[in-house]
Amino acid sequence: MSVINYSSREITFKIVYYGTGLGGKTTNLKVIYNKVSPEQKGKMISLATEMDRTLFFDFLPMDIGSVKGFKTKFQLYTVPGQIYYNASRKLILKGVDGIVFVGDSQIERFEDNIESVDNLLENLQEHGLKLEDIPFVLQYNKRDLPNISSIDELQSSLNPWNVPYFEAVAVQGIGVFETLKAVSKMILQRL
Amino acid sequence: MSYENLSIFEQDFWDINNALNKLLAGTNATALLLIDKAGQMITSVGNTANVDLISFASLTAADFAATSQLALLIGEDEFTELFHQGKNENIYITIILSRIILVVIFGRTTNLGLIRVRIKSTVAELEKIFTMIFSKLNAQQGRRKTTFNDDFKKAAESELDDLFK
Repeated sequence: MSVINYSSREITFKIVYYGTGLGGKTTNLKVIYNKVSPEQKGKMISLATEMDRTLFFDFLPMDIGSVKGFKTKFQLYTVPGQIYYNASRKLILKGVDGIVFVGDSQIERFEDNIESVDNLLENLQEHGLKLEDIPFVLQYNKRDLPNISSIDELQSSLNPWNVPYFEAVAVQGIGVFETLKAVSKMILQRL
Repeated sequence: MSYENLSIFEQDFWDINNALNKLLAGTNATALLLIDKAGQMITSVGNTANVDLISFASLTAADFAATSQLALLIGEDEFTELFHQGKNENIYITIILSRIILVVIFGRTTNLGLIRVRIKSTVAELEKIFTMIFSKLNAQQGRRKTTFNDDFKKAAESELDDLFK
């Protein structure tokens, strides 16, 4: 749900990073945080456990600057990936404008990815939303690891909608910005 | 499509701010914030110089969402008010039309009882304003389309390209 304030001339969008536990969602946000200049970002908040696992969400506000007199802002959220935290995951999807699904390319996580996409669809349905109506991209992360599924396998199981996908090595920053840029542009196109 | 957007026009925005300023003066609170349930800031009045408003807004929405789920677990629809007490500063939270969160930040210059009494008329006033805003949402499509036209989209995309260079 974008919020447009014609009086203060601001527009704000919400992007949610979804996916399995330890798939690299928080890493995406950290890379973005570290690379964007201070005047274009706010404070990054992580509600995490002592073991650094996301408990509720990570949050990173970004300000892309003034566009035709409108301050244009994107707020990035991650959900907790662990199955256990579904109640929290559902809450974060409230008012979402765009979704990035971060898939873990490792073969042993193949089924977890499928479960996580199914879970995304279920949770959207509970908000009365359909994935087809929301700007959505996939990121296949950890492409540098030896034991990974092929892109064809991932595509056929996770991307029946044939939305844009990106190969990434989030810890090295590879593919992170391409992913965010793609979903952001899709959101703008829908305005 | 149940995908909802919120657009606030100038007059509505001033009406909202007037209602909030009245409450601020009537309670001597530190600040008042209006936040949508998705965690985005709508407006604030009062002294917010020391508050990171963007973080505050996202955490408030999360707080409210989490406690609403707690309410469901014990058979309530949602908790209509929340109160967090600190040593010096406190937070009182209530909800407008089940969609907008109103937060009062207050210290020792006032008290919870006064806020709870005075906030009632403000909530009623804000309910009227937001009912109008929500009823106008469809009619606003025209202005939205002219404001966020292809020129805007191109300019925004070019900002995005610069940001991620």
